[in-house]
Formats: sequence, structure tokens, C-alpha cells
Amino acid sequence: MSVNWKNVSLFAIVAGLLVLVGVIQSANVALALLNIGLISAIMALGVNLQWGYAGLFNVGIMGFVALGGLATVLTSMPPVVEAWQAGGARVIAALLLGAGVIAAAVQAFKRLAGRVRTLAMLAILVGGFFAYRWLLDPAVAAIEAVSPASTGYLGGAGLPILIAWPVGALFAAGAAWAIGKTALGLRSDYLAIATLGIAEIIIAVLKNEDWLARGVKNVVGLPRPWPVPKEIDLQNSPSFVSRAEGWGLDPVTASSITVKLAYAGLFAAVLLVLIWMAERALNSPWGRMMRAIRDNEEAAEAMGKDVTGRHLQVFVIGAAICGLAGAMLTTLDGQFTPGTYQPLRFTFLIWVMVIVGGSGNNWGAVLGAFVIWFFWVEVEPIGNWLMGWLTAGMADDNPVKLHLLDSVAHMRLLTMGVILLLVLRFSPRGLIPEK
Amino acid sequence: MDFLNAIVALANYVLIPGLAYGSQLALGALGVTLIYGILRFSNFAHGDTMAFGAMVTILVTWWFQSLGISIAPLPTALLAIPFGILATAALLLATDRVVYRFYRRVKAKPVVLVMASLGVMFIMNGIVRFVIGPDDQRFADGARFIIKARDFKAWTGLSEGLALRTSQVITIVTAVVVVAVLFWFLNRTRTGKSMRAFSDNEDLALLSGINPERVVMYTWLIVAALVTVAGVLYGLDKSFKPFTYFQLLLPIFASAIVGGLGNPLGAIAGGFVIAFSEVTVTYAWKKVLTYLLPADWAPDGLVQLLSTDYKFAVSFAILVVVLLIKPTGLFKGQAV
Repeated sequence: MSVNWKNVSLFAIVAGLLVLVGVIQSANVALALLNIGLISAIMALGVNLQWGYAGLFNVGIMGFVALGGLATVLTSMPPVVEAWQAGGARVIAALLLGAGVIAAAVQAFKRLAGRVRTLAMLAILVGGFFAYRWLLDPAVAAIEAVSPASTGYLGGAGLPILIAWPVGALFAAGAAWAIGKTALGLRSDYLAIATLGIAEIIIAVLKNEDWLARGVKNVVGLPRPWPVPKEIDLQNSPSFVSRAEGWGLDPVTASSITVKLAYAGLFAAVLLVLIWMAERALNSPWGRMMRAIRDNEEAAEAMGKDVTGRHLQVFVIGAAICGLAGAMLTTLDGQFTPGTYQPLRFTFLIWVMVIVGGSGNNWGAVLGAFVIWFFWVEVEPIGNWLMGWLTAGMADDNPVKLHLLDSVAHMRLLTMGVILLLVLRFSPRGLIPEK
Repeated sequence: MDFLNAIVALANYVLIPGLAYGSQLALGALGVTLIYGILRFSNFAHGDTMAFGAMVTILVTWWFQSLGISIAPLPTALLAIPFGILATAALLLATDRVVYRFYRRVKAKPVVLVMASLGVMFIMNGIVRFVIGPDDQRFADGARFIIKARDFKAWTGLSEGLALRTSQVITIVTAVVVVAVLFWFLNRTRTGKSMRAFSDNEDLALLSGINPERVVMYTWLIVAALVTVAGVLYGLDKSFKPFTYFQLLLPIFASAIVGGLGNPLGAIAGGFVIAFSEVTVTYAWKKVLTYLLPADWAPDGLVQLLSTDYKFAVSFAILVVVLLIKPTGLFKGQAV
């Protein structure tokens, strides 16, 4: 394989930009940029799998990412024993009943016909819904009453947080399977609309079901993953402090740099494994089949390929990768805050990354993630500086000036939209095009 | 007496709000369905176009208010709507020229157009937030109520009051007028007929000499009017906040798909189906049931099926059921 110097230099430019941030702003800022960049790159890989390989339009990335975040809470937080005693069994029973009702309704739909079917399904669903609420509601009230200021939820399994990453992928895969079953095989627009909807609903559930993960009261203090130390432990360790002083750094900065570097190593390892797997998949018979389906569905179907089945498969895998990235992101934050999931940040920004980087090319998606994340973060200081310069001649209490300065934050949306449209129109193959 | 009280409570909390919300959704869904029928893609920028139209209308309303122009007891915003429509039409035609026309020329896949509309959504969202900010804006003026709850009680002697807000009546009346004009246009005028022909069979329409660019232009003009009216009515009835308009996208799409994408009549029916399901499922039925049931059967809880935070789940659930059972929608749209 020959080295593609254009691509290498593109990555080198990104690395150079990060170093520049490290020099101008600080090493901490640069490393924070790098860490989120790595996670965004994983999300972009997942979306690229769906869009670049198969042409599936997923507008619900935010929902899958949030499910990954939920997984970290459910896996790693210590269980709240009192809450389990208060209503744990009843909640589990209610959830099982809910699943049973849906299964029964599906069976009724498959086995019966005509008016009997409609009536049976209505009866099952309506009766099931009331039974479910009758089981769930008292349990929820009991659980949320257990010291609501600090817990008020069931807690998690108390396992190491690294286990949450594959669990997050499983959660997202489950949701994706349900959506894919419904909307795949219909027009491509329907998948987009259905994913948009499921994302909104997942966020609504996470915000309102306090017994699950404390809703908007947030879960803070998630444990650290295995190799990453705590800043405070480092600062209290004499050997670390003396080493930091040897490098001419104060212990606080040095500890936070060390922690960020440890995260970066962990994330980079995951990213590299995923890229390797994605590249292998792309260049395998499976990858060629996916592209053949994408380029001409009828022809692929005529060759005996199960188009809808393959679409479902790749959609689930892509969503699972987004879920994994979501779990990693929440791990990095150390807290689960459902209120921060914004569609613009977690769905559309990832799309811009994939389109700009080069849809259909894994390295392109990764590059796009770093480039776009860099601009997303740096547009604000640049915008502030630009607005300050534009309005320098105006009086300080000029309403136009105040309004302009206030609105800098919204420039990001505009910039991202313009970038997306420009790339889509003039360079639809992106920075690193598909081979 | 209790029976009457129950009916009044039902009208007050379910029927009237449902009718008003349904009219707003129907107007929004009509726009989505028209774009789908003629341009053949789902326009994700629809919610933010609504916000843009409403924003221009609000700005003009404020300007009128500062000049002292008013049509009290009606809200000044009604006077400002034409300006909102003009601005939105200009914006939509410009977007079509700059963005969508290219993809039509190269006959891009519909999904590429959808993605372009996502970019447009970003930009419109940015413009709206840039100009008016992300916060709630109030612009309703004029008389707030046509019937006040207290007057109604005194007048009928019932213990349950019925409040009829001006904005609700205006919404319903305006929606009826707009829909009537739209159907007259589509069914009676030459341009409307050519639009329907183009929507039904593009090739035959082109063969019989219909100019596609003209059809597309008229579509955007109509959509601008629908979108602005829907946005302003929603803003008058509830309040104007850019993010809620983005969130309206889901119920609007659901309405259009439930009725059958590309079918205007279906869009209206779908709007009301979604609105009434949302309102009935999230309404606390305690009051009505207390009136209807014998005293010792009265419910303890609120008897609310779902909390209002889940109102989007209702439209989504309906959407999923329709996609599973009848993907062409109730009124047989064009799309599968």
C-alpha cells in the first residue's frame, strides 16, 4: 500500500493546529479538544458506516449517544439498596409486563385478521397500558422518595465503568433494531423522520424518568475507568509532585494533563481498533456487497441480496458505535446530564463531520471529526474577536453592538450550515474521497 | 347538571385546544405535503421556516405597535402577516435558487435533498436566533378572551367555566379560510391544476408542456404563506420560541405521513388526528370523570395517561403504527 501524502499532510495540519492551540491557549485546552475529537471521530465512524457504506440517513444520532450515556450510569454507579427494596422488584415486573404486552400485541397482529385483530390489539394495548401504569407508578413514587437530593433512583450495577462501553453499544443497537424494523424497506425519508422521533423520545424519557437515572437532576461522580488516575490522588502523591516540578510544571496543571493524556490513550486505542475493523469490513466481500446495494439496490436485489436485511444490519452496527462513543463521552465528563443533549450538537454536527471529511471513507470521517470539532470550539473565540473588531467604533451602550455581541454564539449554527451546504454542493466527496 | 359540567370541561380542555392545535399542525403539514408532492423530498427546514415567518411578523408587529397602529380587538399580528409572508417567500425562493435547484438539475437522490434541507435548517435556525434571540417572545395584543370562564359560569349557572381565547378562534377561522382558498386554487385555477398534474405524474406533466420551474416557484410561494400563517398562529396561541418550532417538526411530519405524504386532504386529517391524540392522552381526566361517575367511584389520581413531557411520544407512536400497518397513510399518499 503506497502512502497517500495528501491525506497524511491533512492529518498533519490538524495535529499542527492542535499543537498551535497548545502553545497559544494551553496544553489543557488542546488535550480537551483532542479527547472530544477522538470521541467525535468514533461517532463519525458509526455514521459513516450507515451513510457512506449503505446510504442510510440517521437523524437520531443524539438518541443513540444518550443511550450510551445512560449505560454508564446503569453499569457503574453503586446500587441504591434502599430504593431497590422500596420498589425495585415492582419496577422490574412492570417493565417485563410492558415487554410482554408489546409481544402479545405483535403476536395478535400476526395471527389474527380483520376486525377481530383490531379489537384484540386494542384490548391488549389499552388493558396492558393500564396494568403497566398500575404496577409502575407506586414503585416509581417509592423509589424517588428515597433521599431525593442525593439518590432517588435505583442506581447501577456497581461494575467497572469500562464495561459500560460495550453495554452502551448494546443499548443503542437495541433501539436501532426496533427503529430499523419499522422504517427500513420504506422510502429513505421515513428512516430519517423515524430516527428524528426516537431521539426526541429517548431524551424525553431520560429527562423525566427520575427513577432510572435521576432525570434532569443529573448523576454526578461517575467512577473513573481503570488506567485513569484521579487528579487529587496525583497531587497528593509526593513522587508525582517532585516529577512535575522536575518538568517545571505546577502539580495541579501536571495532574490534569496526565489525566487527559490517559484518557486520550484509551480513546485512541478504541478508535484505532474500530478503524481497523471498519477498514477490514469495507474491503471484504461484505463491504463490496454493501456498496453494491448502495449504488444500485435493484441490481443487488436481483443478485439475491436481502437489501432490507443488510440495511438493518449496518444500521444497527453504526448505531452501536454511536452508543459506544456516547458511553465514552459520559465517562470523560464524569457525569450524566440529560439536559445537555442538543440535536444541533450531537446529531447535525456529526453529520457535518462525515460530509466534510468524506462520506464512504473511514479516514475521511475521522479527519472531518477533528477538523469540524476544532472549528466548532474555535469559532466562538474567533467570532468574538471579529465582532469586537466590527463593533469597535460603536459606543459601549449602543444597542446594536450589545445585540451583535450577544449573538456571537448563534454564528456557529450559521457557519456549520454554510459549511455543510458548500461541501455538499461543490465537493460532495469530501476532504478524503472514497476510493 | 354534572353531565353538562363534564361536557363543558371536556370542551374547555380538550376540544377547543385540540381544534386550535390541529389547525396549526394541519397548516404545517400541508406545507410539508406540498413540498413532498412537487419537489419530492421531506423538508427538514420546515419548522425553522415557520420560525422565520413568525419572526418577521413579530418584528413588523412590534413596529406597528410602536407606531400605534392596531386593529383592536384583533391582534396586530394579523395585520403584519402579509409582510411575514413576503419575507418568507423571498427567503424560500432564494434558498431554492441557491440550494435546491442544483440538485433538481442533476436529478440527485431524494436523500441528498433531505440533507441539503438539513443544512438550510441550520442556517435558518442561526438567522432566527441571531436576529431575535433564542428566548420566548410575546407579541399577542388585543382582547385576550371572547368568553371568559367567570362570565360563562355566571351566564349559565354551571360550576365549570368555559374560556374561549381570541387566539383560538382566530386560529380556527384563519385555518378554515386558508384551506378553502388553497383547495380552490389547486382544483379550479390553471396553475393549481398544473401543480396537481406535476405531483401525480411528472413525466406526463412535462410532456403536456407544463413548466416545472414555474410549478416549483408557485409551490414555494404557497408554502411561504402556509408556513408563516401556521407559525404566527402557533405563536399567538402559545408563545414564540425558536426551539419549539424545531420540535414541531416531528408532529408535523407525523401528520403529513398519517394522512399520506403528498395528499393535501390527508395532511389536514392527519393534523387533527395527531393533535387530538396528543391532547387526549396528556389531559388529566380526573375532573371529567368526577362529574360523570358516581361519587364513590371518583378517581384518586389525575387519570393522566402520559405526562405532557411525552406529548411527542404520542405523535411518534402513531407514526410508527402507520408506518407498520399502512405506510401510504390513511388517504393513500404517493409514497411507500
